[in-house]
Amino acid sequence: MKRPDALPTPPRVADRLLSWFVAPHLREEVLGDLHEEFAWQVARIGERWARWRYWWDVLGFVKPRFIRRLNPKYSTPNPTDMLRTYLKIALRHLVKNKGYSAINIGGLAVGMAVAMLIGLWMYDELSFNTYHQHYDRIALVMQQQLEAGQIATNNATPMPLEATLRTEYGESFKHIVLASWTGGHILAAGDKKFTETGNYMQPGVPDMLSLKMRKGTRDGLREPASILLAESVAKAYFGEADPIGQLMQLDNKLDVRVTGVYQDLPANSSFRDLQFIAPWDLYVNSKDWLIKSKQLWDNNSFQTYVQLADNVDMAAVSAQIKGVKRAHVDAKLAQQKPDVFLQPMSRWHLYSEWKNGVNTGGRIQYVWLFGLIGAFVLLLACINFMNLSTARSEKRAKEVGIRKAVGSVRTQLISQFFSESLLVVTLTFVLALLSVQLLLPAFNEIADKQLTILWSSPAFWLLSLGFVLLTGLIAGSYPAFYLSSFQAVKVLKGTFRAGRFAAVPRQVLVIIQFTVSVTLIIGTIIVFRQIQFAKDRPVGYSRAGLIMLGMTQEDVHAHFATIRTELIQAGAVAEMAESGSPATGLWSTQNGFSWRGESTDEQVGFGTIFVSHEFGKTVGWQFNAGRDFSRAYATDSSAMVLNEAAVRFMGLKNPVGTFVKWEGKSWKIIGVIKDMVMESPYEPVRRTVYMINNGSGNVVTLRINPNRNVPGALSTIEGVLKKYAAGIPFDYQFVDQAYAQKFGDEERIGNLAFLFAGLAIFISCLGLFGLASFMAEQRTKEIGVRKVLGASVLNLWSLLSRDFVLLVVIAFTVAAPTAWYFLHNWLLKYEYRTTISWWIFAASGVGALLVTLLTVSFQSIRAALMNPVKSLRSE
Amino acid sequence: MKRAFLGEFEEVVLLTVAILDEGAYGVTITQEIEQQTGRSVGFSTVHTTLQRLEEKGFLSSTMGGATAERGGRRKRFFAVTAAGRKALAEVKQVRTQLWDALPPQTLQLMGI
Repeated sequence: MKRPDALPTPPRVADRLLSWFVAPHLREEVLGDLHEEFAWQVARIGERWARWRYWWDVLGFVKPRFIRRLNPKYSTPNPTDMLRTYLKIALRHLVKNKGYSAINIGGLAVGMAVAMLIGLWMYDELSFNTYHQHYDRIALVMQQQLEAGQIATNNATPMPLEATLRTEYGESFKHIVLASWTGGHILAAGDKKFTETGNYMQPGVPDMLSLKMRKGTRDGLREPASILLAESVAKAYFGEADPIGQLMQLDNKLDVRVTGVYQDLPANSSFRDLQFIAPWDLYVNSKDWLIKSKQLWDNNSFQTYVQLADNVDMAAVSAQIKGVKRAHVDAKLAQQKPDVFLQPMSRWHLYSEWKNGVNTGGRIQYVWLFGLIGAFVLLLACINFMNLSTARSEKRAKEVGIRKAVGSVRTQLISQFFSESLLVVTLTFVLALLSVQLLLPAFNEIADKQLTILWSSPAFWLLSLGFVLLTGLIAGSYPAFYLSSFQAVKVLKGTFRAGRFAAVPRQVLVIIQFTVSVTLIIGTIIVFRQIQFAKDRPVGYSRAGLIMLGMTQEDVHAHFATIRTELIQAGAVAEMAESGSPATGLWSTQNGFSWRGESTDEQVGFGTIFVSHEFGKTVGWQFNAGRDFSRAYATDSSAMVLNEAAVRFMGLKNPVGTFVKWEGKSWKIIGVIKDMVMESPYEPVRRTVYMINNGSGNVVTLRINPNRNVPGALSTIEGVLKKYAAGIPFDYQFVDQAYAQKFGDEERIGNLAFLFAGLAIFISCLGLFGLASFMAEQRTKEIGVRKVLGASVLNLWSLLSRDFVLLVVIAFTVAAPTAWYFLHNWLLKYEYRTTISWWIFAASGVGALLVTLLTVSFQSIRAALMNPVKSLRSE
Repeated sequence: MKRAFLGEFEEVVLLTVAILDEGAYGVTITQEIEQQTGRSVGFSTVHTTLQRLEEKGFLSSTMGGATAERGGRRKRFFAVTAAGRKALAEVKQVRTQLWDALPPQTLQLMGI
């Protein structure tokens, strides 16, 4: 309601409009005149008309003359001008304090580079298999069954499973692919003959794996005698010529025609070794036992891959097919309670370990472990960076005072310090990127990867940018907010003192740094101890000069006796033998053994290895009791040699001479050998029986004559083999090298852990060095006075070092239990493991202390030796 | 002879400022023109002209004299400068010259 006596006011909207468009310097007079005129008009023509007129007048001012803003009298620097001076000042500071800058930037760059490397590694691990388009629809059919009271999980399935899945659950799957195992085969074209790794698979596989065909089509595999080649393999055999339609020979007997060439599969695919694919039917029809296996539910020797239909759920299908095997096997096999399930492709690589039917993870643990380490190293570097920049920034209190005195506002100071730290972090980032590029080849070597910087990935850049901003903001926050809050007067008069507890956050950060470093050191030592422990384990045979040939050996077998005699006579080998498994692996496990005093009716598996008579002598196994196989006894064809583990399991008191029933035959135990470590050196040796084989084995093992030089012996062996088995390339492997490969994973982890622990310590020490020199500098005067009053160098040294030593001691007391806890759990994973002894902790504690003292002493001794005259005269 | 050019309305405004002497600002000038000439002038036109005259150096201005009805805003008072006075004198002289040059019969026709 309008009060009647109130003066009428002009339309407010018009006023607001006018204030908006009229230039500020004219606003006052124009508005004033308008209002005065309005009041006069109200008296003259009434409020209503006056308002109309007012609007009309206001709109009259919409003219360039009134809208144009006045040119300012003083310069108005835009934000970038100020930023430029900030950056210039920052650069000058960096150049002035070269030492600090180097430590600061270098330390952070190392940390960033490590984090980037680990990030790339994690990305590679987590994106494993994503090359395949149907990544989330592909699964491996696995089965679990009882073996000696434990649930064993395996990806080997019986052959009829495939046909059953197709007929009974066909609508749930788009593709079902039965496959053998990817392994070495002899592939020949014309006069070119090499060993290539490949597999026999059913024709759905190119579609399932979404192979990118370079030549030919995916349907090429449907032709009866066809082969698909990886691009690199096709090039190796046919060069630039068109490979399509060329004839090749597989394993010296199967003639195939090239019907397609696909792009090589990347290193981070489970199928990376799949260099050729041959049709499954070709494989099955080439061997009698395979044809027979079509009906056998108890021969778990094949892999079954599936791709789900579009509208079904992985877990649902997995649950659906659970009982498929049980429904088709006889009562005896059903005792083992075989369950079938799907393992999705996304979990193949990272979750591959099973314990009693439960997935216990696998590589994923290393992914997290390294992620954690990377985060920690980065944290250390950031802490350093913050510590040093805050320590330095106290020196700049005076600069802040002067800036404030000449008119800087607080926000300007804040943006100054932020722009400064962002500049440094950006420099660091560039440096880190360069060093990652340089280090990648070496890192790939250690980690067995093919990583590249993701230059073209927006996610990578976003992450990097985010990180740069975050670090810059965190590191700059202390000087930005704390220093800018000082009162200029106090700072300039010199009454400003950093509080007694100003150093506390810094000390906490140092403690965190050393806790992480010491933990990493302890971890590294224990990982290496574990590796060494397993390496020192007695293997039960002698590896020196032992080589093996791992190809199908029918040609060798046919002429075995001749080849052997010839080689021994030539002095090239001491002994040679055939066997079903190499010395470094156990390829066959069988059920159905029974013996007197057997405590259980359950089906238990024994490692079964068929060998020729000379096997024992070749590998040099050692007998606890009994004797080796011998051609002198014809009865040895039904004799067995057991290992200690088997004897222990069977509970036999006097094993030699007792009989074991197996496959309807009675076998006499003639000897017991010391356990041979054929599988993982971290696992207990499996119970194994060795029997004489008259057919051809899978592997030929030869012991090179210790009196001959190795290259000479090898060329003699090659010559003799060529003579009798011309179809086989001479691809041999040294047993000790094959054995060493068993440590690959652990050694890789050990090496990486070593590298990162080293870097962590390095970064922490850099930080400590910087802090120590800063402290020494700050206390120059105090030290001078103390010296004048008679303090000795030793006194001063201990004074300056004491603080830091205390911090490291605290860090150690935190680190030791943490490290113990994690490593204890890690070691539990290994059956055969080292102990965590106290000296490891003592050594790493003393080591950390020594490194600290060395780092700090350099500064503190220098400070203590300084001439007090100089330090006291300054100012 | 080089002369500053004065438009017709400019001349009117300049004269009005001279008439109002010390009390010349936007409102009074507008009202004065309306009263003297009987023609209705736009507020913004007067302001524009005042500014233009000031730019030409015929007027000078100072701020001051806030009143309640202006909401406490100050006025911009205008005063004629020496150059302004000279320009007015010149205009007047030219007019007089022209009038004087009129033939007497024309003057008679106009009734003067």
